[in-house]
Amino acid sequence: MSKGTLFDKVWDLHTVGTLASGQTQLLIGLHLIHEVTSPQAFAMLRERGLKVMFPQRTVATVDHIVPTTNQKRPFADTLAEEMMSALEQNCQENGIKFYNIGSGNQGIVHVIAPEQGLTQPGMTIACGDSHTSTHGAFGAIAFGIGTSQVRDVLASQTLALSKLKVRKIEVNGILKPGVYAKDVILHIIRTLGVKGGVGYAYEFAGSTFENMTMEERMTVCNMSIEGGARCGYVNPDQVTYEYLKDRDFAPKAADWEQAVSWWESIRSDADAEYDDVVSFNAADIPPTVTWGITPGQGIGVDQQIPTLEQLPEDDRFVAEEAYQYMDMAPGQAIEGIKVDICFIGSCTNGRISDLREAAKIAQGRQVAAGIQAFVVPGSERVKKQAEAEGLDKIFQEAGFEWREAGCSMCLAMNPDKLQGRQISASSSNRNFKGRQGSASGRTLLMSPAMVAAAAVKGQVFDVRELV
Amino acid sequence: MGSEVISVCGRGIPLMGNDIDTDRIIPARFLRCVTFDGLGEYAFADDRAALSEHPFNQPRFQGAKILVVNRNFGCGSSREHAPQAIAKWGIQALVGESFAEIFFGNCVAIGVPCVVADADCVKQLQEILTNNPEVEMTVDLESMQVECGDFSGAISMNPGARNMFVSGTWDACGQLVARTEEIKATAMKLPYLSWSR
Repeated sequence: MSKGTLFDKVWDLHTVGTLASGQTQLLIGLHLIHEVTSPQAFAMLRERGLKVMFPQRTVATVDHIVPTTNQKRPFADTLAEEMMSALEQNCQENGIKFYNIGSGNQGIVHVIAPEQGLTQPGMTIACGDSHTSTHGAFGAIAFGIGTSQVRDVLASQTLALSKLKVRKIEVNGILKPGVYAKDVILHIIRTLGVKGGVGYAYEFAGSTFENMTMEERMTVCNMSIEGGARCGYVNPDQVTYEYLKDRDFAPKAADWEQAVSWWESIRSDADAEYDDVVSFNAADIPPTVTWGITPGQGIGVDQQIPTLEQLPEDDRFVAEEAYQYMDMAPGQAIEGIKVDICFIGSCTNGRISDLREAAKIAQGRQVAAGIQAFVVPGSERVKKQAEAEGLDKIFQEAGFEWREAGCSMCLAMNPDKLQGRQISASSSNRNFKGRQGSASGRTLLMSPAMVAAAAVKGQVFDVRELV
Repeated sequence: MGSEVISVCGRGIPLMGNDIDTDRIIPARFLRCVTFDGLGEYAFADDRAALSEHPFNQPRFQGAKILVVNRNFGCGSSREHAPQAIAKWGIQALVGESFAEIFFGNCVAIGVPCVVADADCVKQLQEILTNNPEVEMTVDLESMQVECGDFSGAISMNPGARNMFVSGTWDACGQLVARTEEIKATAMKLPYLSWSR
């Protein structure tokens, strides 16, 4: 059992008590909600005559269903409009802060909370969205929950949970040019498997993560869940504090010093005990692309799709399913595979630094003939910042479309969808069958720079040749 | 709220495959709703459309109450719509080699136990059900056994979750809310709730 880790300290501090079942009742410091997983939770509260216990500890935005072209209300999609109206009404009736479209603060929930300084070290954070693990980048214990649990947090600000084990994932060394945070997490998932993290919180440690910016750490923690780990975190350090200082909800004046010293105290101890430790070398990590139907089916861009014989027996079943669905053959090179759509955005890679890296590749080049490429900023603030830096112009001159903020084609709940058997090069987080809006559509996950490279070449291309 | 879930008896339905994710269980377009009503008919909608012999399409498995799956079932998103769709289709318990964590928790919260059996046991169950869909199955959370006709095997479950089912406390909301004073006391200990901003 782990001891002295950040996870243990934050868990203990937020423990309200032990339930009759033996589970822990855990206090949630920050609750984030959006339009998809909250309406039923509010309905359950109404049914039971319960009220929101701490409305000031819940913050709402709208992201999954928002159109990225025409955002005029009412939305053309009447179901999306109904969800939007329900969220507006629930927030208003319960006194919950709501960052609506046009507020200047709307965006993907996992982009807006960090950028406003709502996300802080040492917090417990829950949201009805599996990518809540993103907030672990700050040294918070953050995890996705379902709608009945959203109800529980609204009603009691707590959850019934069993404690997780802690696995330390150490990556040391310097990443090679053209290799990004996205490649690091895809490499980890490819190695440990999509269920390797079940039952664990992942602590990302080592010089590679220490050298990352906060946005890079967010990309890594975001995809913890794709490796099966409900939450992932990085211990807070100077990089964290510099990012947070002076943000809207960051502690101010005398409280700042007190906050930093508390944040330092919750870091994992030097002699902390872990349930498991795994190590990687940064220099071994190539630009990584998924070829299959799970985020664990990744390979280096210069590698070939594995044959059944090269895979552990346990992975062969889903590999066979993937060959067929993706229409890709074992032994085939991933580089050179033609793509149709290029999508840059999502809670994984829709932040300003992601757009900057992609713009560097796009600048002075042209989207290949027949390719549709589009950029969806993660939030209204990211969009504004990108426009101030002229990134929108760079993208548009290169032939990319420049859109409004939202989740967009990561999961295609809005009008942005693949058609038929189209293949996308996507900076998002899931390549599941049908994920991007077409029941037969295909997704190749990669870094935003690799997506930009695919857009200008019309095919999967090794970005190292362009940087 | 909630009632004891000690055993689930009924016919079973086998669903072969590893890493079956929540997008496959309920594609995202069906999440455009403000209630869970009516989700049952869309369980595995795209997989069913792509494969006419998908078990959920087969008349012989209609009315089944126990779903038998393989490894890492329910991985992916936190959408409770996934277990809701399966439950509204008629499933009251799942037996599998392993389950994704958020999916498992969502199932607990709606009173649907997911129990783990080893790969051989799951394989045998799936074979028996494929050959004889009429056979009666029982998932018993007291004896921690699954029975399927003459076959029986051991099952396991996280003890906290198991206790919630057998004691009828799987709907935690009431218990959580009841501890208002302790919740407030814990909140008082959190430095970040009192900082100026």
